[in-house]
Amino acid sequence: MSPLRTARIVGDVDGIPLLVLVVVTALAFDFTNGFHDTANAMATSIATKALRPKVAVLLSAVLNVVGAFLSLAVAATIAKGIVEQDAVTLSVVFAGLCGGIVWNLVTWYFGLPSSSSHAIIGGLVGSVLVAAGADGVIWSGLLSKVVIPAVIAPVAAGFIALTGTWLVYRITRSVGSGARESEFRWGQIGSASLVSLAHGTNDAQKTMGIILLALIAGGELPADASVPVWVIVACAGAIGLGTYLGGWRVIRTLGKGLVDIEPPQGLAAETSSAAVILVSSHFGYPLSTTHVASGSIMGSGVGRRTPVRWGVARRMVVAWLITLPAAGLVGAGAEGIQQLLDGAAGTLVVLAILVTASAGLWLASRRSAVDHTNVNDDWTAPDRPASVPA
Amino acid sequence: MDQLVDGEALTKVLVLSLVFGAGVPAVFALGVRALAPVDGTTSVLRRSAAYLCFAVCAAAVVVGVAKLVVGSD
Repeated sequence: MSPLRTARIVGDVDGIPLLVLVVVTALAFDFTNGFHDTANAMATSIATKALRPKVAVLLSAVLNVVGAFLSLAVAATIAKGIVEQDAVTLSVVFAGLCGGIVWNLVTWYFGLPSSSSHAIIGGLVGSVLVAAGADGVIWSGLLSKVVIPAVIAPVAAGFIALTGTWLVYRITRSVGSGARESEFRWGQIGSASLVSLAHGTNDAQKTMGIILLALIAGGELPADASVPVWVIVACAGAIGLGTYLGGWRVIRTLGKGLVDIEPPQGLAAETSSAAVILVSSHFGYPLSTTHVASGSIMGSGVGRRTPVRWGVARRMVVAWLITLPAAGLVGAGAEGIQQLLDGAAGTLVVLAILVTASAGLWLASRRSAVDHTNVNDDWTAPDRPASVPA
Repeated sequence: MDQLVDGEALTKVLVLSLVFGAGVPAVFALGVRALAPVDGTTSVLRRSAAYLCFAVCAAAVVVGVAKLVVGSD
């Protein structure tokens, strides 16, 4: 670490308290990550009743925890090649996390499956822009590692799911639908489990990487340190708990809102998601699970020739497009406040705003609550997360 | 980074994803079809073929998990 950077960290921060705050905020982000993304793996299995809603989220939670322990290959690469590492101070990380959390909660409130990875990257880019200016962001890295994959991934996943769905229905068209459905439900459980496991591995590691970055920036660990065991345990726990509580609003949109899903189609969609995620991460392109899963579900609808609710799809695509800039704006605002009110005061103000915004969104969500009891209700009001009882 | 999109790697990812992502459900579907009773019964041959198909799918899942454990690159 350069002397300049050390001075900066000690200068605008009170060392350990801020480090603790960043670690706790990172775990909170990890929680929203699990919460927001339960839908990616489980929405189709819940919609086709392959699994009861509570069982589905429990299975997904357990597999996310297991997944978090499976591998550490992508930890600490979250912002590498996207922002200049020298620009990353504790307050920048904190502001970036605020952007990620707020955007995840806003999109959850509207039941929109947006990318948690884009939310955190957007938040970090925004806060780096304020802290270090345009030079702090590696724009070509942002384009090639984040923006272009985000365009290709859902289209590719959709095409693969379309092909898989078409094949499955073509092959089994002579089979009675009763027996077929029950066997495909079993298959669905397998494919959904694989997506959950892959999600735990990829996404929990992102938070581990952020915490590791913070511990190094705070001088608690040497620059070449590997992820400490307590960080792995904490991240696995946070993403598992978030997954278990289940972002039912997003599950509802993906499972019921986009297309009507039958078990064979669910199997094809989930297998497509799992294949795209696993193959691309094998080649070193970690993708957004959300983009892949939504693309797959849409593709499977087209493959079965069922009407896709394009109004819902359009809202979803808009959410994808604005996730990076919107989370970036929040991150930039948070870093701006910290710079304006130098020192601990700024950080405390940002923390207060974060807590207030989160609590406000949660309270607002109670007015049209979606949970395991009504997640599968018929999709009657496409512009709302759930039908509100009159 | 010299170029924004590595065409060769992208093609590899797409082809492999297509083979696994569409192939595994197709094999599973073949299993379901083999298992479906013809004239009220399912012959031993068809039953074995079905289990073979399901085993292939299970093997694909195991390969997937193994890839996760080994990690990228």
